Amino acid sequence: MKRRVGFKVERRPVASGRVVFFVSLLAILAALVVAGIFFQIYGVSPIRAYQLILRGSLGNRFGLAETVRRAIPLLLCGVGLTIAFRALFWNIGAEGQLLMGAVAAAGVALFSGLPGPLLLPAMFIGGFLGGAAWGLIPAILKVILGLNDVITTLMMNYIAIYFVEWLIHGPWKGPTARGFAYTDTFPRAAWLPTLYGTRIHWPTLVLGLVLAVVMYILVTRTRSGFEIRVIGENPNAARFAGISQLKTTLLVMLISGGFAGLAGVGEIAGIHLRLLGPTHISMGYGYTAIIVAWLARRNPLAVIVTSLLFGVIMAGGDVIKVSLGLPFQLINVFNGLILFFLIGSEILLRYKISFFLRR
Amino acid sequence: MGWETWIITTLSRSLAYGTPLLLGTLGEIYAERSGVLNLGVEGMMIMGAYSGFTTAYITGNPWLGILVAAVVGGAFSLIHAFTSVTLKANQVVSGLSLTMLGLGLSGMFGRGWEGKPLPATIPKITVSGLSKIPFLGPIFFEGQNLIVYLTILLVPLLWYILYRTRIGITIRSVGESPATADSLGINVDRVRYMCVLLGGILAGMAGGYLSVAYRPAWTEGMTAGMGWIVIALTIFAFWNPAYGMLGAYLFAALYHLSYRLQPWVSPELLKAMPYAFAILVLIFVSRGTLQKRMGAPAALSLPYTRGEE
Repeated sequence: MKRRVGFKVERRPVASGRVVFFVSLLAILAALVVAGIFFQIYGVSPIRAYQLILRGSLGNRFGLAETVRRAIPLLLCGVGLTIAFRALFWNIGAEGQLLMGAVAAAGVALFSGLPGPLLLPAMFIGGFLGGAAWGLIPAILKVILGLNDVITTLMMNYIAIYFVEWLIHGPWKGPTARGFAYTDTFPRAAWLPTLYGTRIHWPTLVLGLVLAVVMYILVTRTRSGFEIRVIGENPNAARFAGISQLKTTLLVMLISGGFAGLAGVGEIAGIHLRLLGPTHISMGYGYTAIIVAWLARRNPLAVIVTSLLFGVIMAGGDVIKVSLGLPFQLINVFNGLILFFLIGSEILLRYKISFFLRR
Repeated sequence: MGWETWIITTLSRSLAYGTPLLLGTLGEIYAERSGVLNLGVEGMMIMGAYSGFTTAYITGNPWLGILVAAVVGGAFSLIHAFTSVTLKANQVVSGLSLTMLGLGLSGMFGRGWEGKPLPATIPKITVSGLSKIPFLGPIFFEGQNLIVYLTILLVPLLWYILYRTRIGITIRSVGESPATADSLGINVDRVRYMCVLLGGILAGMAGGYLSVAYRPAWTEGMTAGMGWIVIALTIFAFWNPAYGMLGAYLFAALYHLSYRLQPWVSPELLKAMPYAFAILVLIFVSRGTLQKRMGAPAALSLPYTRGEE
């Protein structure tokens, strides 16, 4: 008698945390395997490449510091995005909101004339407001006029990029920058302290960790968090329950845009110490944070872990470029692959596949 | 040189610049009409631009470049079709990852291809006789290429198929009510695959047009958000190919007119104009929250599984 393997597919009511974790892990592994093909195309053994990336990003003090400093903006943007995505507001504009936060903070640092101890707090407040303002425009356009949030937030990114370009080529171009397109260096009082010998601007890191916890409490324990979830999961029920779409959408974008703005403050006050070209300020943190938030399954606390993971990947990008001489765009390919496998594997969260032997 | 020449140049350039926008919009209209939102247009376009350019460079045949661009765009779109139709994944995120993947892959493989000149590009043609028509002649029949004309011809063809044929009714019914279509024996998944594929082929062609004909060169990220503008134009067009044509050329004209502000506005702010226009264009067609989904396919971006909902 022949035995055959059969399988059956059943709908899963709710996927447990363990299932979610293993499915996510599976998605990342699958992305690693496919990305390995590209390493092979460039004649580098994928095993050796991954070893080098791990050693370069986690294996020594310098690499570890680079990983953490890349994780800081991802953490802040990512936590904000979990809130927006929970309300099903598709904020693809964290990149632009980060830049506008940087612009506002640079404005405060260069032109406010505030005395020393007040300067950095004012920069953070300014940065939050700058990012929030940039995020609130698409929010208002969506609720009042019904404009598609994906498109408006994305277009606002491009506008922010060219706005920064204009500032550093035009009105804000530093007299001491010797013809280069950036502003003057900020006064000393506007520099964020860094951990000794690294580029980890720890106040921003602490701020990110605190905000992750606060947002976790907001979404799990408060009425606003509940309203955000209802708006996202069942807009009709929200309407019947008298939840204001306007108020909730404005709230999530105040948070999401504001946090991205804070990330911008950290980058210019902690690393660059001046406003400079948009690709130097951000390197796509706002876009990568979308994957960070999605991988965290929209849980603000989980963003702490996922932002570190993508910190490793971004620091690994430097290894790819410097040690292996491969194009750093491989990182973007890798990010795209992770996101694909992540959402492709979500079907495993909805359905259970079990194998059995049958005669 | 006077006002007339000035208007003629602007309109003629708008026709050339509007072509890739129109190609992309026509494709996205079909995909969305079948109920699949594909935010991967930017990624499919840039893959088309990269593969079209390299093919034209290696073979010396620009037409082969356009063909390969269309094939690559189509193949790339099937990834999105697979995740969103077969795996029922979130269409917004799937489309986004397609764009990320396309920008990444083209940037990676495109390194070293920048600044290379094409041996031959799509020839510009002048229709003798017609080009002598005053005003319209130099706009439509001088210095344009065959793709510009083929794209214009596609508009009535795709409009006719969508509104006047059985295929069109099938596509629209799948986008409006997949459950009803399914109960009538229509293969919902197959229709959606086909429409996404068409969208990919047209977006790939649009990319190929950019790198082989419009500005025969490859630069990383050369589509510069055009794929996103296509998505805005799809909404502006109320998912109708005829309005799509109007939108694409109008947008292209605005784009060129903005460059007339050059003496007064700095170049960085001018570059931001198209993106601001995209938002303005959407504000213009929005008629308040009540009618915000006017014309949008009812099942847009909703995955369909038989027996659910």
